[in-house]
Amino acid sequence: MASNAPVHHATGSSFWNDTGKTGITSWIFSTDHKRIGFLYFYSTFGFFLVGVLLGLLLRIELMAPGRTIMGPQTYNALFTVHGVVMIFLFIIPGIPGAFGNLVMPIQIGARDVAFPRLNLLSWWLYIIGAVIVLTSLFSGGGAPDTGWTFYVPFSSRTGTNVSLAVFGVFIVGFSSILTGVNFVTTIHRLRTEGMSWGRIPLFTWSLYATAWVQILATPILAITLVLVMAERIIGAGLFDPTRGGDPVMYQHLFWIYSHPAVYIMILPAMGIISDIIPVFSRKPIFGYKMIAFSSVAIAAAGSLVWGHHMFTSGMSDTAVMVFSFLTFVVAIPSAIKVFNWVSTLYKGSISLEAPMLFALSFILLFSIGGLSGLILGAAATDIHVHDTHFVVGHFHYVMFGGTAFAFFAAMHYWLPKFYGRRYAEKPAVVAWALMFSGFNILYFTMQVLGMQGMPRRYYDYLPEFANLNLVATIGSWILAAGLVIMLVNLFRGLWWGVPFEGNPWGGASLEWSVPTPPPTENFIEEPVVTHGPYDFNGVER
Amino acid sequence: MNQLPLITTTEAIDPVFMFIFGACLVLLLGITLVMLFFVLRYHRSRSPQPTSQADGNLWLEIVWIVLPTLLVLAMFWYGWKEYLVLRTVPKGALPVTATARMWSWEFTYEGGKTAPKLYVPVGKPVRVELVSKDVIHGFFLPAFRVKRDVVPGMSNYAWFVATKPGSYDLFCSQFCGTQHAAMVTTVEALPEKDFAEWLEHGPGGEDKGAHLDGKQLATAKGCLACHSLDGSKGVGPTFRGLFTSQVTVMKDGKSLVVTADDAFLKESIRLPAATIVDGFPPIMPGNPDMPDEQVTALVEFIKSVK
Repeated sequence: MASNAPVHHATGSSFWNDTGKTGITSWIFSTDHKRIGFLYFYSTFGFFLVGVLLGLLLRIELMAPGRTIMGPQTYNALFTVHGVVMIFLFIIPGIPGAFGNLVMPIQIGARDVAFPRLNLLSWWLYIIGAVIVLTSLFSGGGAPDTGWTFYVPFSSRTGTNVSLAVFGVFIVGFSSILTGVNFVTTIHRLRTEGMSWGRIPLFTWSLYATAWVQILATPILAITLVLVMAERIIGAGLFDPTRGGDPVMYQHLFWIYSHPAVYIMILPAMGIISDIIPVFSRKPIFGYKMIAFSSVAIAAAGSLVWGHHMFTSGMSDTAVMVFSFLTFVVAIPSAIKVFNWVSTLYKGSISLEAPMLFALSFILLFSIGGLSGLILGAAATDIHVHDTHFVVGHFHYVMFGGTAFAFFAAMHYWLPKFYGRRYAEKPAVVAWALMFSGFNILYFTMQVLGMQGMPRRYYDYLPEFANLNLVATIGSWILAAGLVIMLVNLFRGLWWGVPFEGNPWGGASLEWSVPTPPPTENFIEEPVVTHGPYDFNGVER
Repeated sequence: MNQLPLITTTEAIDPVFMFIFGACLVLLLGITLVMLFFVLRYHRSRSPQPTSQADGNLWLEIVWIVLPTLLVLAMFWYGWKEYLVLRTVPKGALPVTATARMWSWEFTYEGGKTAPKLYVPVGKPVRVELVSKDVIHGFFLPAFRVKRDVVPGMSNYAWFVATKPGSYDLFCSQFCGTQHAAMVTTVEALPEKDFAEWLEHGPGGEDKGAHLDGKQLATAKGCLACHSLDGSKGVGPTFRGLFTSQVTVMKDGKSLVVTADDAFLKESIRLPAATIVDGFPPIMPGNPDMPDEQVTALVEFIKSVK
């Protein structure tokens, strides 16, 4: 890191160097929320790139029917690892771990999180879990081939290294729980004077709602994974029908966590969008209370909809009705957010810089993903598209088009603040345009394939699906090209670019009031908050 | 055709798709166009300063909560109502049992006739009882909008009716291991007379008394998904040169070397878990009830692969 040291702000020093320590141990044993935020940023983003690489390989295999570059066992292992890495090692910890840690304490006027050492432990648990997951790929019976859902009885029978992989995920889960506890406590206890609940920036609000889901839902995943290990190692038989067990019970347990988990993934992303749109419109967010409330509503109602993954599983028709109904209920707070974001633009003064472009495309991609979710929520139509490429497309619209695009928006919006250097604008816009087009070519085509009946997790397919699969693969290359341009431009700028000083975006929340880059403990003197986070009166840009 | 039910599964489901897609298209176009208009109209070049600092409007919030609520409740109700069509088997449906295993389908008709493809009469509803021999599979007929998981130890069913003769794809939709994508067969819809003829005399998994073709049988039963014929290593040992070869196996927890003779092959088809060849996972489902002549035909076939 030292060689990439950013320019120093006029006050001379920042958290990069003001403790006098810059070696590797000053990072991996740091309790400073910003350093931990960067540990999370580089580790989660690194796993994102690994996941992207695996995804590209999967698309090359599916470019044409039959064997293209790998055999079926390799393909099955790759889509499993792609899912596990992306979900457990990138999307779930990504935004809270990286941007939550970097930005949230500053947004509420705190010097750090409530439990800085617990924060460091969370990152260590994450890294240890991640290393165990990686070890499982290259040891024992080889990389797990069950899909990231680990459905029994297949997962209790396969000879691959499922036990070690789920143990790794189990450890990562604790990191998530502890981050949740830490953030809830921080937001309750460490708000500075004047930072009432109605003045908390919406990004922090979204982290607050997310943290509760992390605390309440993750233990269920942990228990479920322990049961899978018990099934494999001591033959517990809980899910084995030949010994009175029930495989569908596993699916309930798994989705009781894993559906709320998609809200862990999307809520912080929605928070980022709610923070960026007002700044680049020079207008207060429209419906602040409704957006904050809808985050909490999504977190609460989202915990009751897990059964919509199981309409074909053989659970009772009454359960199908109840879960379908609740699924439509949870659509409403998401719609509220979209309408409020769009209304924020009305009569504003909109500048289309990179963070805003990513934020606006988030609204479109998330809307497509959300609306295709209605097809999946309705019982009659879900049956046809369940377990097809339609679901794969839907999921990537909300998770990649949603969460990852918000992650990119946050990278362009907040990272210059923490580096004190900025990227070039034009290449960022070119990269965005490529990614946005490649994304739609890739995933919209997948949804069409699913409507035509192509099942998911298929190594090979019938000739009737060949043309669209080729189109999707070409889309993945356009998307990847955009991603490379974005990364080169962004990191070249952050590491060696021109200085980023003051408050160039014109943000009104507290993180824009501290020196660039911020010093350790953030504030030179204790801030007193006198206005809301989106009150741009008197904020120059 | 007098048995045709009031409504087919496709006729029930497709209008729901049209309704939801239609509503989604209107919403998406609305959101996109309003957003584009705002971005162009209020772009900083045209609107250097914001002309409003409005931060909310109660009536707007009420409108965009109430209207979407009504819309999604309509979607829910319509989806639920037509889902019930999938769950309600018309009277007089032809019963067929679909047996799924890693990685093949077998369809059993009343009277015991079996086939690797699902032959059905046109115009008559078919009730498919779904049985799994090992892990969870999925019974998926895209043309009929029908899908149901095949869960071991659980009694699941699906029904459909073919209104035109033809061949329709049948996929396994629930991931079930290495050859999941090869677990594909077809529904063969035949005119009623042809179907009756097929049921009586047509080719199936077992012809009464006729000479059994071991290779056909091995294909139909899905053996070849794991056991190659060219010597390449699959999920299970290759058939090539297997007969009379020396194999190292685990039996009752002990490792020993045996000769793959007639008796060994027969036992391994019926009760594969008893002796597991070194280096292969113990995942082959057993066939304790397979008729003797089928086992013999398979063994003869394996002998012939050199």
